[in-house]
Amino acid sequence: MLSAILFAIGAAGVMIRRNAIVVFMCVELMLNASNLALVSFARQNGNLEGQVAAFFVMVVAAAEVVVGLAIIMTIFRTRRSASVDDASLLKY
Amino acid sequence: MIAFWVLAPVMVLAALGVLFVRKAVHAALLLAVVMISLACLYAVLEAPFLFAVQIIVYTGAIMMLFLFVLMLVGVDSSDSVVETIRGHRVVATVLGVLFAAVLAVGLGQVTLGPAVGLEQANAGGNIEGVAAILFSRYVLVFEATAALLVTAALGAMVLAHRERLEPRATQADLAARRMADYAEKGTHLGPLPAPGVYARHNAVDTPALLPDGTAAPTSVSRVLTARGTVRSAPAMADDIDGVQRQMSGRPVDPARGETATSRDDVQGEMPGASVRRGEEDGGSGA
Repeated sequence: MLSAILFAIGAAGVMIRRNAIVVFMCVELMLNASNLALVSFARQNGNLEGQVAAFFVMVVAAAEVVVGLAIIMTIFRTRRSASVDDASLLKY
Repeated sequence: MIAFWVLAPVMVLAALGVLFVRKAVHAALLLAVVMISLACLYAVLEAPFLFAVQIIVYTGAIMMLFLFVLMLVGVDSSDSVVETIRGHRVVATVLGVLFAAVLAVGLGQVTLGPAVGLEQANAGGNIEGVAAILFSRYVLVFEATAALLVTAALGAMVLAHRERLEPRATQADLAARRMADYAEKGTHLGPLPAPGVYARHNAVDTPALLPDGTAAPTSVSRVLTARGTVRSAPAMADDIDGVQRQMSGRPVDPARGETATSRDDVQGEMPGASVRRGEEDGGSGA
């Protein structure tokens, strides 16, 4: 239940916020929420596979953060802004 | 169970804070709170290995990375309140609440039996148990994550790398440019003035006073000017009466007490503060 709440908050955050870094943090929040669900279900069902899955999620999250932040840095360097709305060049 | 009911409100509040706090740094710190609480929950949920990994990877590495990028991008980068798409915020909020409601309804129909618990699975130690699964059934996935991490590291390096397009400006070049600026635009040749040093206040956020009593805009770092935390030296002079009264033991008049400094009223006087300062890299320094 808590993980559902956190996930919903994270999803809302992705939609509401416009600073790319904060949007990224909300994505992390959603990943963490799913991790919590995995771990608690591992306990519920009495086997460790949920924990292993949560571990993999963490690994993927780390990789994703590294690449994502690098992209944000590049965007920021070319247009001096970390707002999601400014990266709309593909629209036209 | 107690740990859950203590940590859950903290986590939900912190997560909501990530949503509504305006400064990105505060959001990062609140996210760290959420992650540490999650680590504690993992410990309660009989997952000591994930507890350690959560603290090391998330609160250690990922949050550090976030803060690092925030420092690079600029600490004062906060969201603008102006909406580019009309009604975007309202729609997003409604959608978020709807999503939460759908999740709640869905979860409400699930009934979970009593938790089996991990005593049996953790019998030989949690880390040993996780390792046994990780290196037997999921060993291929494990190798794939290794490849993924290497790729991510490489990708980050490629993305963050910047080719130097022009030769690095040497000190001689900088001096020549400075002289050229002086010749063409009459820019002051010498170093920038130091910030104000007064009897009561000698911080870098107070501009120096020019001989005619006005504030010297170039004497304060442009970062402080951008953040709007520049103190006004004339306003500080207004405090003199209050201080004298304090020193002579009489009570301070509340109307113009100690803190009657308006921090922003220098802003209007220093429009050119950000022009020259960037090239000097704080030549006068603090």
